[in-house]
Amino acid sequence: MSARDSVDSALDSAVGSAVDSLVRAGSFFTRAEVSDDLRTVHRTGGRAAEAFYRDRWSHDKVVHSTHGVNCTGSCRWKVFVKDGIITWETQATDYPSVGPDRPEYEPRGCPRGASFSWYSYSPTRVRYPYVRGVLLEMYREAKGRLGDPVLAWADVQGDPERRRRYQRARGKGGLVRATWEEALEITAAAHVHTIKEHGPDRVAGFSPIPAMSMASHAAGARFHSLIGAPMLSFYDWYADLPVASPQVFGDQTDVPESGDWWDAAYLMMWGSNVPVTRTPDAHWMAEARYRGQKVVTVSPDFADNTKFADEWMHPHPGTDGALALAMGHVILKEFFVEKETPFFTDYVRRYTDLPFLVSLRETEHGLVPGKFVTAADLGQDTENAEWKTVLVDDATGGPVVPNGTLGHRWGKNETPEWNLELGATVPRLTLLEEGESAEIVLPRFEDDQRGGTVRRGVPVRRIGGKLVTTVFDLMLAQYGVAREGLPGEWPTGYEDASQPGTPGWQESLTSVPAAQAARVAREFARTAEASQGRCMILMGAGTNHWFHSETIYRSFLALLTLTGCQGRNGGGWGHYVGQEKCRPVTGWATLAAASDWSRPPRQMIGAAWFYLHTGQWRYDTLPAEALASPLAEGAFEGMSGADCLAASARMGWMPSYPTFDRNPLELGEGADPVADAVRALEDGTLGFAGEDPDDPRNWPRVLNVWRANLLGSSSKGNEYFLKHLLGTHSNLPDDGPRCTPRDVAYREEDVEGKLDLLMSMDFRMTSTTLLSDVVLPAATWYEKHDLSSTDMHPFLHAFTPAVDPPWQARSDHDAFRGLAERFGELAAVHLGVRRDLVATALQHDTPGGEMAQPGGVALDWSKGECAPVPGRTMYDLKVVERDYGAVGEKFSALGPLVDRLGVTTKAITFDVAEEVAHLGEKNGLVRGGAGDGRPRLDTARRACEAILALSGTSNGRLATQGFETLEKKVGTRMAHLAAEAEGKRISFADTQARPVPVITSPEWSGSESGGRRYTAFTVNTEHLKPWHTLTGRQHFFIDHDWLHEVGESLPVYKPPLNMHTLYGEPELGTVDQKSVAVRYLTPHNKWAIHSQYQDNLYMMTLGRGGQTVWMSPQDAEAIGVADNDWIEAVNRNGVVTARAIVSHKMPPGTVYMNHAQERTVGVPKTEKTGRRGGIHNSLTRVMLKPTHLIGGYAQLTWAFNYLGPTGNQRDEVTVIRRRDQKVEF
Amino acid sequence: MKVMAQVAMVMNLDKCIGCHTCSVTCKQAWTNRQGTEYVWFNNVETLPGQGYPRRWEDQEKWKGGWERTRSGRLRLRAGGRLAKLGKIFANPEMPEIDDYYQPWSYEYKNLTDAPAGDDLPTARPVSQLTGEPLDTIRWGPNWDDNLGGAPAHAPKDPVVEKIREEVGERIRFEFEQSFMFYLPRICEHCLNPACVSSCPSGAMYKREEDGIVLVDQDRCRGWRMCVTGCPYKKVYFNHRTGKAEKCTFCFPRVEVGMPTVCSETCVGRMRYLGVMLYDADMVAEAAAVEDEHDLYPAQLECFLDPHDPAVVAAARAAGLTREWIEAAQRSPVHDLIATYQVALPLHPEYRTMPMVWYVPPLSPVVEAVAATGSDGEDAGNLFGAIDALRIPVEYLAEVLTAGDTRVVEAVLHRMAAMRAYMRRINLGEERDESIAAAVGLTGAEMEDMFRLLAVAKLEDRF
Repeated sequence: MSARDSVDSALDSAVGSAVDSLVRAGSFFTRAEVSDDLRTVHRTGGRAAEAFYRDRWSHDKVVHSTHGVNCTGSCRWKVFVKDGIITWETQATDYPSVGPDRPEYEPRGCPRGASFSWYSYSPTRVRYPYVRGVLLEMYREAKGRLGDPVLAWADVQGDPERRRRYQRARGKGGLVRATWEEALEITAAAHVHTIKEHGPDRVAGFSPIPAMSMASHAAGARFHSLIGAPMLSFYDWYADLPVASPQVFGDQTDVPESGDWWDAAYLMMWGSNVPVTRTPDAHWMAEARYRGQKVVTVSPDFADNTKFADEWMHPHPGTDGALALAMGHVILKEFFVEKETPFFTDYVRRYTDLPFLVSLRETEHGLVPGKFVTAADLGQDTENAEWKTVLVDDATGGPVVPNGTLGHRWGKNETPEWNLELGATVPRLTLLEEGESAEIVLPRFEDDQRGGTVRRGVPVRRIGGKLVTTVFDLMLAQYGVAREGLPGEWPTGYEDASQPGTPGWQESLTSVPAAQAARVAREFARTAEASQGRCMILMGAGTNHWFHSETIYRSFLALLTLTGCQGRNGGGWGHYVGQEKCRPVTGWATLAAASDWSRPPRQMIGAAWFYLHTGQWRYDTLPAEALASPLAEGAFEGMSGADCLAASARMGWMPSYPTFDRNPLELGEGADPVADAVRALEDGTLGFAGEDPDDPRNWPRVLNVWRANLLGSSSKGNEYFLKHLLGTHSNLPDDGPRCTPRDVAYREEDVEGKLDLLMSMDFRMTSTTLLSDVVLPAATWYEKHDLSSTDMHPFLHAFTPAVDPPWQARSDHDAFRGLAERFGELAAVHLGVRRDLVATALQHDTPGGEMAQPGGVALDWSKGECAPVPGRTMYDLKVVERDYGAVGEKFSALGPLVDRLGVTTKAITFDVAEEVAHLGEKNGLVRGGAGDGRPRLDTARRACEAILALSGTSNGRLATQGFETLEKKVGTRMAHLAAEAEGKRISFADTQARPVPVITSPEWSGSESGGRRYTAFTVNTEHLKPWHTLTGRQHFFIDHDWLHEVGESLPVYKPPLNMHTLYGEPELGTVDQKSVAVRYLTPHNKWAIHSQYQDNLYMMTLGRGGQTVWMSPQDAEAIGVADNDWIEAVNRNGVVTARAIVSHKMPPGTVYMNHAQERTVGVPKTEKTGRRGGIHNSLTRVMLKPTHLIGGYAQLTWAFNYLGPTGNQRDEVTVIRRRDQKVEF
Repeated sequence: MKVMAQVAMVMNLDKCIGCHTCSVTCKQAWTNRQGTEYVWFNNVETLPGQGYPRRWEDQEKWKGGWERTRSGRLRLRAGGRLAKLGKIFANPEMPEIDDYYQPWSYEYKNLTDAPAGDDLPTARPVSQLTGEPLDTIRWGPNWDDNLGGAPAHAPKDPVVEKIREEVGERIRFEFEQSFMFYLPRICEHCLNPACVSSCPSGAMYKREEDGIVLVDQDRCRGWRMCVTGCPYKKVYFNHRTGKAEKCTFCFPRVEVGMPTVCSETCVGRMRYLGVMLYDADMVAEAAAVEDEHDLYPAQLECFLDPHDPAVVAAARAAGLTREWIEAAQRSPVHDLIATYQVALPLHPEYRTMPMVWYVPPLSPVVEAVAATGSDGEDAGNLFGAIDALRIPVEYLAEVLTAGDTRVVEAVLHRMAAMRAYMRRINLGEERDESIAAAVGLTGAEMEDMFRLLAVAKLEDRF
């Protein structure tokens, strides 16, 4: 058939028609080649109109920058500029190669980032400073009358009527433009007044995730630190901090970079929806499959990543721990008991606490696991004997104290003993061969929060009059793995659903078939054995945001640790939830804490601050006792969440700000303020603020928020924030449940409006800015200098301005410098030089903090259980001198303390004399004032240089020096890891030119040496550096009193909280024909990063253009809801109005409201209250778990964002019904 | 033989994460202006689903592409030019704005400007076309993303409608049976473009040197016959200029050696660009083969082997430069389409000879095998399991091979075999040539294909 035959048949019949002539004529005039059949037209010339698209593509310059967004992305972008206007952005592809045989880090980015430039000129851009109109009038009037800004602010605050009037106007429009001068003056005056009247710890700063823009974070944090105001933690507040990590590893979080996924032979994505939440990195997973990597997803819904999976397991939400325990059961049985797997046993002997001895304690219930056996129990009179744990040497059969324990870490040893060198010792895993056994009682929780018990046997021996066994033997008992000759109840087989630990038991809880659970466990372990530890679990918010998340995580980590997968490339845990690794951590921390000028800074646990000061503690009917094990000793009797918090503060465990019911400047005045304060606490003349949080003396007064949208995103219990902290309208029901604390004062009257000032800084309008009293216009990420890094890749990225900040926007650094200077001017008059009594919690990675409370025995001095000894049984107390008039000068200069004390990370102190000299030359020196002769930090760029110069990851000299320091402590060779880069000093210009790989440094636990892909803990496994834990190994067992109290000394399954019995919510299931009670989960959003981008028109268009709730067809049908119908979700915390997305990818009984959908865009008034609908966190609230508050004991010792109560939010339920389809805005 | 060069694209759907970065970067670069608010030169669809515009695959309704007459000739489905002249002012086969979606925005200014009131300000949704409030947004360009609303919308997916009869139970919109994949779409820059033939003004053309199909913005008279003629609905009407616009294959970038925006910014690293040489004299015949299942092989036959000296000579004679010929020889697109034959055309039955091809997705296979009690890691078992995929092979075949499941199965076998072959290497075991041989490749070829699909360095993709 010829071409001619195949032409349009209609054409055939109409040859010569007018239209055809037109085409033929056209071909004549346009130098085009029309095919004979007129089917197609090829053109070589006459294409002038193509110029339109060429013009559109043209631009004047391309600037490389990145996005300072809380996504862990740290992607490098090309920003295109034409005629001085930012036009669009595309991802950079200039990442250094990661090697010839693996995929590269290009391009990195996602659709959200790709739409960022929309914000530059969007109508939601904050262009000018704004002040709440009604407040501005009051302030101007008072200032006109009194002539002084501080007195004017005091005047407004002194009048309850005026104060309440502007508080009630919060969030209701009426922001008016002000000048920068006036906005900064009001803000500075509020700070000066608050410090003078109430104390510096009544000011707080909230700005999360330093890594996403370090200099911007540090600028504000530095201002707070200089004035003595606490910065609030965020990692724990976001519930992103996996408490299991400090518990098991003694590390905040350390994980493989995404490039290491490629090395994994088996990859489980467990509650981690990689294509959505790790968009730039998902390709590694897709590509590694082609290497034969097996991929398993575990998710209650048909999540996006399931598309890539070889297997999908869908346990009921929150039951993942049961599945993991059953997998552990299979691995322990088949790979440890039925046969020995040398690779596994060798690993657990060296790197875990499994061989360590634990004493058994007689109780009314029977024998229960007690405390680790220590050198003190052996009667050894050595240094730190209570902190040296014991195991049995298989060779001799005798107990030995191996190197590497916490006692060795802080000992003054002649030769280094803090290492995992075992010498001739072979740790004995089980005492089974020794012949003696005993029955112990273990708690179980699967039926109800209080649970029951199970009796199982363990082999034992006697040491120092105590029955002891090994952690390994306890684990087999806990996991229900039977061995011949041991007493107790044991499963009859995998199918036995009555015994905790079996695949059949988990099926009854999760719905995952027992056979599948067993098969996946077996494959996992087999692959780990064959690949020498290359199995990886990516674990995400889906499993981490639960109340009992650390129990879930510990059961996951057990799978990895048992199979030798931690500290291996291609293996281990990949927890990428809010964990943006600030790689140049030491430099950032120095600037942020202003530890170059004064120490210690005040740093606060965010969740506790919000729990108390938003009044949520008053509605918390979850008593600590409800969490107790059936084997508990009654430590939590009568205690509410607030009582636990107060106890934790008394015992020095967790920080608490405001600390005392007094201005700490007042307390700092005497000759011996520390002794005075201890005496006053003892005799009751001085109280803790947290014991009476609603006393006006104990309110926080000023909150500054930048780089964050607290009130439209992370504020769990959003309506409580509005009502109690801010004192404006809310959708909080009046008849919510109330608590009755044991120790903490409960005042009958609700407090509304604790804050005098809410100041925020942003480039877009959010719930936070709309509710603020002062709003400052911030520069965007394309308009300032800064630095970013992440755990997902090893590079340092620069922000570089593509254009100057438009309108009146300023960088965070410039804004805080302005505030610090104005503050200093006002403070010189009103405050002067003061002495501040700073109370800090017992601190992780310090000998005093980690060895404060031996045996993890909780003793409360206020109950007469011990004496109050600062830094041991209670807070450390220090007097800090503050020259308030010099705050502005200090802000812009690197202070002298670093010369004298160096800078410290994880107990390694770096001598930075050379770096200070270098910075002085690079940045120039300050002339005159408090910072005379010191390196300048007056611009963001200079701050970035300081961050890079003072960190080991960006300064090879420091990295090498740090390893040399560590070598002296550990005794193994490590400095070679950094030696290749000893002469390398990464400058800010380097990071602008191209992504720069970081240098291996003792600030972290892995290695990038020789271009190796980073994974955590290789320094531990390969260089025998101990973990920062009690035994120096990874822990399965934790013996603190409070962990025993909740039955979590070993990995254990705990179901989601029962919100019906605890908070009076309806039981899950249909309530009536119009409404249904469902589990309410808030996974991350495909079209936003938290609330960022959610208001962006591109993302709104690709999503459904407003708040949505995903629900199953079954639940929708039960209440007559069709796809896209308007619904309302209501519970005791608030109300949400949204549209339903009905999809069969959702399991019945559970709805998803994707995280942080703001009410600022397209959210109507609710049917229930007639007021604006809430955000996703309007239906949640803070619930404290007492064990998150433990401190002063080995790895369970506080550090900022290392340990603290989490703001978990996944256990919630809500009632959903169809609402009137006519909506009003 | 008439040698012509065509820039072409292959997308590996098996790697697509459905992130839509391509859509956003494309829209930012090309269509974020008045008149093109609703236009996405590049969009990504979740399948099963209705797509954008809704049910674009329903050619019974839209009359896009070509059809073969009983006499074996091709004619535009929408009728010849004369037929079109008759309905030039009221074309019934034209999607309306609601078939795409009503583009909207919000009254964002309210957030900064709201006067003191009694509630938190919000930005109310409004139509971008009329400015009128749009209180309940009812459809968007990606409405059925990730199976959103699938129980209501996906049964109206034309492919679902078509194959439901055949596979019945396996296409159910229930939790346990869930399946999905993503389909990113741009203009196909067809070898036999129906849009060009549909244009009464002669404003559409295929560029001589690279085959990119463009609308001459000076000559377009806004008749919109191209919108109807394109079966992929990838020509759009700019309501402000009154002219048609479409994906340009980023020619201003391609001309200077840069990849298209969608390719460069593809975070899944699943797009490949390259030059294909083809015999222009064979196109019309290939597009008119009788059996729709023969369309894919017929199009493959149009492609010329750039390493064949005769082809090189003919290409030089046709005026192709050495650089173009070398580009064709190094073309990853050629490797995926012709050498490994893992990429397939989109809806070949439209007979437009599309030039954006797709590697089909390999969804959970092991699970299907394991459910039968067999070893899910065993290569032999994997082959047997392809027909038990979560995504029914029939669905993929309807999208990529005019319903010929054998072709799709063969591709999926190759992909599965690659995984099994590479797993042995990954775990330090001996290479097993028999796995490669079972799918018609040598081990070395398997490793080359692996490198192209997995390692896929920037310079290997474009």
